[in-house]
Amino acid sequence: MFKNIVVPFLNILILVSLLLFIVPPQMIVKYLGAGSGAIGFAIAAVVGSITLIPGFISYPIASGLLKQGASYSTVAVFMTTLMMVGVVTLPLEIKYFGKRVAILRNLLNLIVAIVIGVLIGIIL
Amino acid sequence: MTKKHFQKIKPYIWLASFAIFSVGSFWFGFDPGKTIYQSFTKSFIEMITFIPFLFIIVGLFDVWFPKEKIEKHIGKDSGIKGILTVIVLAMLQAGPLYGAFPVAYILYKKGASIKNIFIYLGAFSTLKIPMLGIEIGYLGLKFTLARTLVALPLFIAVGYFMEWYLKNRNFKVNEV
Repeated sequence: MFKNIVVPFLNILILVSLLLFIVPPQMIVKYLGAGSGAIGFAIAAVVGSITLIPGFISYPIASGLLKQGASYSTVAVFMTTLMMVGVVTLPLEIKYFGKRVAILRNLLNLIVAIVIGVLIGIIL
Repeated sequence: MTKKHFQKIKPYIWLASFAIFSVGSFWFGFDPGKTIYQSFTKSFIEMITFIPFLFIIVGLFDVWFPKEKIEKHIGKDSGIKGILTVIVLAMLQAGPLYGAFPVAYILYKKGASIKNIFIYLGAFSTLKIPMLGIEIGYLGLKFTLARTLVALPLFIAVGYFMEWYLKNRNFKVNEV
């Protein structure tokens, strides 16, 4: 079991590192910052869904975004999609749950993340 | 090279290429390669912090907990108590979502209900205590509290929806 789990995990890490190079944190901050509005919100949801950024990189990014004047909803949708929706990890998820369930779970969680983002924007 | 050999080494192709690429980058001073390697090591450190605990949980469940017992607590007729149990289990863990898939498999194998499996995954992605600590530190208590309170009913709803949708569709979780 160990080998079957660790090798795909390492492959995901390699993919994540490549993605972080193509889309560096500074670029994320630039596009999701103050006044990015609905487009920023949409970009946050898409970037968060596709990528998988480890916690100790994503939280500093999120905190930087807030300091920079990004809205709470944008940060909330970004953090939530990062955690709940994983396009990069989808192939692995399909191995566990099958195609239909894996895709359905990701879609539902994307919707949930958007709802969370909108509600956070209203509450805070 | 025969097809059989290729199947054997196939899982390691990415790892091997990445190792060669990284060594090459440092050898020839290729900066993008160095940057990619550095973010790999950061993610790798995160991974080795959650993997041991993941194996302990999976191992414990697999060997020590009989199916009937787990089924009683988080199975089909476990109700609110079952939901609370899987949420607490998820809260005690750390790591990214894909680290929860092996646990989801073992829960499934031991008779957890569909609803509870997906509530477990939802709680895992939003309520892990180690993560909440970091989140409060970076984004403040107000943000963290609002996010968790909004997320909680939503992922429970996802669990109910998945159970309703998958009830008669031969749902299973595969061992990987």
